[in-house]
Amino acid sequence: MARIDVNHVRHSYLPNPQKDADFALREVHHTFEDGGAYALLGPSGCGKTTLLNIISGLLHPSHGELLFNGKDVTNLSTQERNIAQVFQFPVIYDTMTVYDNLAFPLRNRGVPEADVDRKVRETLEMIDLASWAKKKARGLTADQKQKISLGRGLVRSDVNAILFDEPLTVIDPHMKWVLRSQLKQLHRRFGYTMVYVTHDQTEALTFADQVVVMYDGGIVQIGTPAELFERPRHTFVGYFIGSPGMNVMPVAIEGKTATIGSQRIELPGAPRTAAGNSGAIELGIRPEYVRLGRDGMAVKVSKVEDLGRHKVVRASLEGREIAAVIGEDESVPAEPKVLFDPAGINIYADSWRVEMGA
Amino acid sequence: MSGANERTTRQDRVNEAVSDELASTLSQDQIARLMRRRGEESKFWWLVPTIYIIFLMLPIYWLVNMSFKTNQEILGAFSLWPKNPTIANYMVIFTDPSWYKGYINSIIYVVMNMVISVSVALPAAYAFSRYRFLGDKHLFFWLLTNRMAPPAVFALPFFQLYSAFGLIDTHIAVALAHCLFNVPLAVWILEGFMSGVPKEIDETAYIDGYSFPRFFLKIFMPLIASGVGVACFFCFMFSWVELLIARTLTTTAAKPIAAIMTRTVSASGLDWGVLAAAGVLTILPGALVIWFVRNYIAKGFALGRV
Amino acid sequence: MEKTWNNKAWFMVLPVLLLVAFSAVIPLMTVVNYSVQDTFGNNVFFWNGSDWFTEILESERFWLSMVRNLIFSFIILAIEVPLGIFIALNMPKKGWGVPVCLVLMALPLLIPWNVVGTIWQVFGRIDIGLLGYTLSALGFDYNYVNDPTDAWVTVILMDVWHWTSLVVLLCYAGLVSIPDAYYQAAKIDGASRWAIFRYIQLPKMNRVLLIAVLLRFMDSFMIYTEPFVVTGGGPGNSTTFLSIDLVKIAIGQFDLGPAAAMSIIYFLIILLLSWVFYTVMTNVDAER
Repeated sequence: MARIDVNHVRHSYLPNPQKDADFALREVHHTFEDGGAYALLGPSGCGKTTLLNIISGLLHPSHGELLFNGKDVTNLSTQERNIAQVFQFPVIYDTMTVYDNLAFPLRNRGVPEADVDRKVRETLEMIDLASWAKKKARGLTADQKQKISLGRGLVRSDVNAILFDEPLTVIDPHMKWVLRSQLKQLHRRFGYTMVYVTHDQTEALTFADQVVVMYDGGIVQIGTPAELFERPRHTFVGYFIGSPGMNVMPVAIEGKTATIGSQRIELPGAPRTAAGNSGAIELGIRPEYVRLGRDGMAVKVSKVEDLGRHKVVRASLEGREIAAVIGEDESVPAEPKVLFDPAGINIYADSWRVEMGA
Repeated sequence: MSGANERTTRQDRVNEAVSDELASTLSQDQIARLMRRRGEESKFWWLVPTIYIIFLMLPIYWLVNMSFKTNQEILGAFSLWPKNPTIANYMVIFTDPSWYKGYINSIIYVVMNMVISVSVALPAAYAFSRYRFLGDKHLFFWLLTNRMAPPAVFALPFFQLYSAFGLIDTHIAVALAHCLFNVPLAVWILEGFMSGVPKEIDETAYIDGYSFPRFFLKIFMPLIASGVGVACFFCFMFSWVELLIARTLTTTAAKPIAAIMTRTVSASGLDWGVLAAAGVLTILPGALVIWFVRNYIAKGFALGRV
Repeated sequence: MEKTWNNKAWFMVLPVLLLVAFSAVIPLMTVVNYSVQDTFGNNVFFWNGSDWFTEILESERFWLSMVRNLIFSFIILAIEVPLGIFIALNMPKKGWGVPVCLVLMALPLLIPWNVVGTIWQVFGRIDIGLLGYTLSALGFDYNYVNDPTDAWVTVILMDVWHWTSLVVLLCYAGLVSIPDAYYQAAKIDGASRWAIFRYIQLPKMNRVLLIAVLLRFMDSFMIYTEPFVVTGGGPGNSTTFLSIDLVKIAIGQFDLGPAAAMSIIYFLIILLLSWVFYTVMTNVDAER
């Protein structure tokens, strides 16, 4: 296992990148700690797979360097980096048995057959396929195939990291959950460094200790699932994480007060916006922190979605769409009003979060 | 366990590489070094297609080379390129009706055959790709046998059959005879392409109130346009390259260019320049149309089954 | 795809059926008719039973053509299939090279078969052909007109030139259908070049290779025009394959009975091969 340092890595698929827009990865500078479980989360085209492929060596970055445990591996081939990767679509060697599939990476590296056998049997136990060892890999289900792809990484106990590229895309929904918890378990037991690329927030939040949210070729926030939820650093994180996403509305700020149209909202502190900041100021609040009741600002409710565990209320406040979450057994009052819980209020200048003073 | 043999040899190699060290005690660095260039393509891969293409082009080049030489030059000094390039050989072909009519004849029966083959193959291919019916599998197999049948077997009976109908030395005779292998071919290729179109499209169209002919022409045909193009191309091609039957069924009026060529070889024997020029001209049509189907050519040769 | 049972589909197949019946069934019946009759001219035929079949099957000439043809088929398969795979593996994967290679390689496939023969007839001549001239200049005693071995070499070389591209194209089509992730996974697993071929590329080429082998075998088994133009079946009978022999008997000697009997035997062999082809193909289709 290894610590992975990504130092000022930029990548472009064009031969002569000039402007920022030419870069698929604008600049990433981050350290993946040894034994950490990371998720790279972001919409399609945000550069997360590019970053993953740079770590695995399938792509050579245009700029920057990559260190494994402090050793520069930027110019090493994929084969030399000794990493494992699980792809979006299961890659298995059709004509081999399950056993041979797992033995393949070891045999390629010249491991003695006795060790191969021991490791493969251990791994088969780990991924729960021991009874399938002698079967041809061809006839397996998608989730079993994906387990084999994973197993081919796990057999090499010395791999520097295991990388996942949206590994659950083709898996049935009910199996997704099973595989994810098995993965989590493996991580806890063996402490692999894992990097998991996904566009599914549930996957990212349940799998990872640290979620790296990417947007438009760069990292917008790195944090624990709780941090991402409570304190999104960028409005994009607010939109992207949480269902429904964060309510974001333009406001005017004066000291500790924000105004939306004719409504005034008391803030927990005065936002430290840079002097002379001309950019748009926005207030962000998660639907979970919007209290619907008989006090506060009047809203017009347009729709109530019952999601089983809770209800989502869609309403308009001063002509802006706003969502609120209420309990399953609560109901919408006759003249609904909303209050914003100060703990859930974030202020954004130019889409980036600003701290609030006392 | 499959792959056991390959494995031992590979492992031997590895063991040699690390001499007397045990493989299990290999350090990461050593494995890494061993893995450095593993599985990569050779830097000289491009040599292979290049050499192969040179091999393919040499005989063709030689024919082109000869077509620009006079007979004296061909038979006289051996040279890799024409010393005194001349287009006289081509002029002979373009001015002598017995030559250029050959091209016209070939093109007439090839196009006739193409139209007939594809238009009867379309409904049949649709039936095979969409429905099961009594004897469908046997019918498909029977069609295949015709594609595989040796033309030599049919040469003589064809001659007699078409004589009986008074069709000898007409374009339609050759066009019909070539249907023997081109219709099955067209059915196979089209069936392959049609099977790639989801059946839901048909059903949606019927629900939307399309009649079958309107659906077929307005919706289905555009979807398999490339398949039709490929089928046409292959009909064109196989009719163009076939000679045995075409020669048997024609004497003068509909004689194909390729047959006129062989006759000239045996008759005048020595007019190499004109022969080469005629040969070059038979290569051109294929070379021109192939560009349009370059991405489908493998699919066509595999009877629509790649 | 789930197909619905519909016997009305027969109407759609009818045109094909009529057309192919006209161009295949009627001629074939004529052949069958001839194969069981004899004539002394004057269009008077009488029943001859299976005599022609016995004659053909007992004639050394038929079996020699057959053996020659089989040897020929196996040699060209042994050369074209591995060569075609090798070339396909080294084709460019993207960029301008792909269409250029595809078009240039497919070119020999589109040349009329007798022109192919003519090209090689000229190319191999020791007086005016590049190949023949060069070989003689290098001191080889090469002359395909007189020497049976040289004639065979020329005919085989010609077939390799003519048809290897078919194998290349089919294999290439199989190769490009392999997703990139397979090669990436192989890199990560540290697979050698051979392992990539053996465990990724070959399994994916399986099906197209099968088509290639069967098509090449059947087409080479009916080869007529190309060797006929180059060698005329000679020197002696050394390159007289089944089709050449058949045409010699039928049109050269106008021995209708034996020619018809031979046609039928020939056709039955092809039928058997087609059946193998069809069964294998439908099984492979079903497996997918």
